[in-house]
Amino acid sequence: MYCLLKCAPLILAVAVCHGWLFGDFVGKQKELNEISLWPLPQKFQSSAVAFKLSPASFQIVHAKQSSAGPSCSILENAFRRYFEYVFGDLKKHEKSRKKVYDSDLVELQVWITSADPECNGYPSLQTDESYELSVDESSAVLKAANAWGALRGLETFSQLVYEDDYGANNINKTEISDFPRFAHRGILLDSSRHFLPLKVILANLEAMAMNKFNVFHWHIVDDQSFPYMSGTFPDLSQKGAYHPFTHVYTPSDVKMVIEFARMRGIRVIPEFDTPGHTRSWGNGIKDLLTPCYSGCSPSGTFGPVNPILNSSYDFMTEFFKEISTVFPDAYIHLGGDEVDFSCWKSNPDIQKFMVQQGFGTDYSKLESFYIQRLLDIVAATKKGYMVWQEVFDNGVKLKDDTVVEVWMGNKMEEELQNVTGAGFTTILSAPWYLDYISYGQDWQRYYKVEPLNFPGTDAQKKLVIGGEACLWGEYVDATNLTPRLWPRASAVAERLWSDKSVTDVGNAYNRLAQHRCRMVKRGIPAEPLFVGHCRQEYMGL
Amino acid sequence: FLPKALRTLDYMAPVRSCLLLVVVSVWVQQVDGVWPLPQQLDQSADRNSLSPQRFSFIYGRDSAAQTGCSVLDAAFKRYFSIIFPDFTKGSGLLMSENKSIRYTSVSNSDESYNLSVSEGQAVLRSVTVWGALRGLESFSQLVYQDDYGSYFINKTEIVDFPRFAFRGLLLDTSRHYLPLHAILKTLDAMAYSKFNVFHWHIVDDPSFPYQSRTFPDLSNKGAFHPFTHVYTQSDVMRVIEHARMRGIRVVPEFDSPGHTLSWGKGQPNLLTPCYKGDVPSGSFGPVDPTVDTTYKFMESLLKEVKFVFPDSYVHLGGDEVSFACWQSNPNVRTFMEKMGFGKDFTKLESFYMESIMNMTAALNRTSIVWQDVFDYRERIPQDTVLEIWKGETYQAELSRMTQAGHRVLLSAPWYINHISYGQDWRNSYAVQPQNFSGVWKQKKLVIGGEVAMWGEYVDATNLNPRLWPRACAAAERLWSDEEKTLDADLAFPRLEKFRCELLRRGIQAEPLFVGHCKHEYDGL
Repeated sequence: MYCLLKCAPLILAVAVCHGWLFGDFVGKQKELNEISLWPLPQKFQSSAVAFKLSPASFQIVHAKQSSAGPSCSILENAFRRYFEYVFGDLKKHEKSRKKVYDSDLVELQVWITSADPECNGYPSLQTDESYELSVDESSAVLKAANAWGALRGLETFSQLVYEDDYGANNINKTEISDFPRFAHRGILLDSSRHFLPLKVILANLEAMAMNKFNVFHWHIVDDQSFPYMSGTFPDLSQKGAYHPFTHVYTPSDVKMVIEFARMRGIRVIPEFDTPGHTRSWGNGIKDLLTPCYSGCSPSGTFGPVNPILNSSYDFMTEFFKEISTVFPDAYIHLGGDEVDFSCWKSNPDIQKFMVQQGFGTDYSKLESFYIQRLLDIVAATKKGYMVWQEVFDNGVKLKDDTVVEVWMGNKMEEELQNVTGAGFTTILSAPWYLDYISYGQDWQRYYKVEPLNFPGTDAQKKLVIGGEACLWGEYVDATNLTPRLWPRASAVAERLWSDKSVTDVGNAYNRLAQHRCRMVKRGIPAEPLFVGHCRQEYMGL
Repeated sequence: FLPKALRTLDYMAPVRSCLLLVVVSVWVQQVDGVWPLPQQLDQSADRNSLSPQRFSFIYGRDSAAQTGCSVLDAAFKRYFSIIFPDFTKGSGLLMSENKSIRYTSVSNSDESYNLSVSEGQAVLRSVTVWGALRGLESFSQLVYQDDYGSYFINKTEIVDFPRFAFRGLLLDTSRHYLPLHAILKTLDAMAYSKFNVFHWHIVDDPSFPYQSRTFPDLSNKGAFHPFTHVYTQSDVMRVIEHARMRGIRVVPEFDSPGHTLSWGKGQPNLLTPCYKGDVPSGSFGPVDPTVDTTYKFMESLLKEVKFVFPDSYVHLGGDEVSFACWQSNPNVRTFMEKMGFGKDFTKLESFYMESIMNMTAALNRTSIVWQDVFDYRERIPQDTVLEIWKGETYQAELSRMTQAGHRVLLSAPWYINHISYGQDWRNSYAVQPQNFSGVWKQKKLVIGGEVAMWGEYVDATNLNPRLWPRACAAAERLWSDEEKTLDADLAFPRLEKFRCELLRRGIQAEPLFVGHCKHEYDGL
């Protein structure tokens, strides 16, 4: 089966995804081709023996031996969610039969094997997401160490179910043993350049779970607006958001995002980018930003965070104290990218400070000075941090567990080599800036990226812990975000989850076209890969 | 400072300085501007308030159209809720005067209107109901709310008419099926931008969703699905009526002889069997132009099209015919010999297209064809409208076609299915359709243009944000005075407001750049 999936020529792929009119194929082949797993599991065996699933009799249950039970809300919610994904609109099944036949699959047993199923916890970088799934006569068993692995397995199970020509749900005899290739598989959304209504964020968390992404990198504030409502500094959003009431994330909004993500095994890593990208911060916090000068007098405009005032660090201390309690994840993203030095250069106080500190005219030293103090402030909150690559490039002293995010497209391999050579863990986003659009099937470009394709030792390669697809917000808001992200980000999802050897674009096209129809069916407006149709087209608008 | 009366663009054009920017920003603050920009727009700072409880649209006493005119009755209702989204009824301010013609369908009729807003009342004058629709749209864009939510409209005089009579938008329902609601939504948005032709590229190679009454097998066998992915006769009626209500013509395209793969499934012997050596290869090429049955079929189909689609134009396609299959087929080669075409297959295509165009003329319909037909043979029926789609040399093509005396539509620079990073609306906006070498008489032959949204990568999931507001750039180019709308930077704030207005009206228009709208899109 695996070979069939891998080797099917593109022609076949096109036929399969565009039609369910399979006149040319024999039944057995057809059924195998109905299955479209995305991302492809590590080990997968399937036979043509099919079982039927009836919504009247099928159940998802906790296995007797499982350490999790009905009190595990993550799993209980997931059981309901995946039951609905599998059977769709239940109204149409009202008259479905009650009688159980021998060829039926009547239950999926979910078996959590470790003593602590982590039902009340949060996923982390160390989380074991592996699972084993076995579908055989009358029942299927999903085995995972914890609830997070079970979530991944439930998604796979739901993808195994297919409808035959008579509308009945079928699943083939299957054995799967699966685990992610990389631990950090993220999506970056930017809620500053355009405000993203809560609904949009939640829908994309849903889509992320369908693609086994596990990190929501929330680039929550930036120059343009500050929608995060801070309890400690309410003026930040009061004066820095596009609108203080309609374009903000209240504490309960943020909680809802975190909980919604947790239910899907997704970490929420907020990014509060400084010292650049902070114009909107200045609206609410007096004297935080550097006043720029035009000749000998302030020009009235502001630059990056003012790194020479103690008040800046006092503010950061208070602010990150709040952030570290609001966001449960062990990491906070501190940004540190694209600092424009011209404003610092123009300011006479800064110039004086540079002389005092012996920085000469090297403003990257001033930036490092700031970042260094910021990192200490954040470290004191017991959080780990992620930073954009410039922070590493400028030689800032970093804690051992710092994650360096490589985003610059040129010399990407060299950067990976340097960062891992210095012993730091890293994630890659440079090749996956999905805000850059072009005509045609650009998903193939994202798909062909091999993250470990850089010169380095095995130990260095191990330090690449994953990657992120970034959808920056200059040209994206609620109107176009979801179709622009999906299924293009799905290409990244498979690269980060599946085995390195899974690189056949023709085969991927086949599965991805069906996977996008599945997302559409589940209410996600994922755009088409190419000409064709889905059995159920998108009905929203 | 507030200038008392702003003859906005009339006197703004020669002034290019800081003063100009001040004037514009004041103007923008007061009212939302109108997109596309009217030919003449005079506004003053005097504002009148509108009360949703008391405002109403009424027919002028001397108007030829009165209650019972379905187009305007429906438009009044529609625009009332567009202007006052939170109210449903009211009575008292606007007068509408029409000398309406009796119509059966929308045609290239007079869309001009005059709008005069003064204290207590506004008067909209137009020759036809279609002009009244355009005026109502402008009126609705003039109304704005202050910070307390009160409605205002400034004292305004508008004299307006379109620069081009044919302002089209092409949707492709073959490469992906577009559900009816997606088409209807697009028609709504078209009316907001004063587009007036929906070019329905309804069938093509991948699928045949048009359910024909004469040849039901075409969609039974040629659609992606014979029931869920088709346009029934009543669907088509609904599209036509929805469009008519908004002053939009529906011009269907039945593209042949190429782009017809899906036709062959339901119509045996229509397509040319391709040969591999001496035997048929099992694959098919363009329509077979050598057999009588083809022409009988096309005649019946075109008769049906005439019956179903009221517009006097029909698009016959004629683009991108691959000759390889014809070349491989021995019967076609024999036919070529018999006709004395030699090895020139363009002659064969011209022969086919000429027959189809003659058929169309006999049905009292005007043909539109893609440029290929002209490129192959310059001598084609004079009243045929030619549509330019090839990007590289469209100016030269405009010269040649108008030189030959043909009316021309320009769509080459407006293939907005091609996407790229950034503000590509500026490219559409910079197009100057009459900027080609030729005499004035030739320039007049450019009757308009079309924005094309081909369907390779577009379906209901992404159609709307990809169309809007990008298509608005061409809408203004086709409606407004080019001299007054050359500067994209000046247009930007007006377009930004218009896109927020589209959002408020429920059109999923994507952002032009960073920023926000008061009412963000609340769908998915």
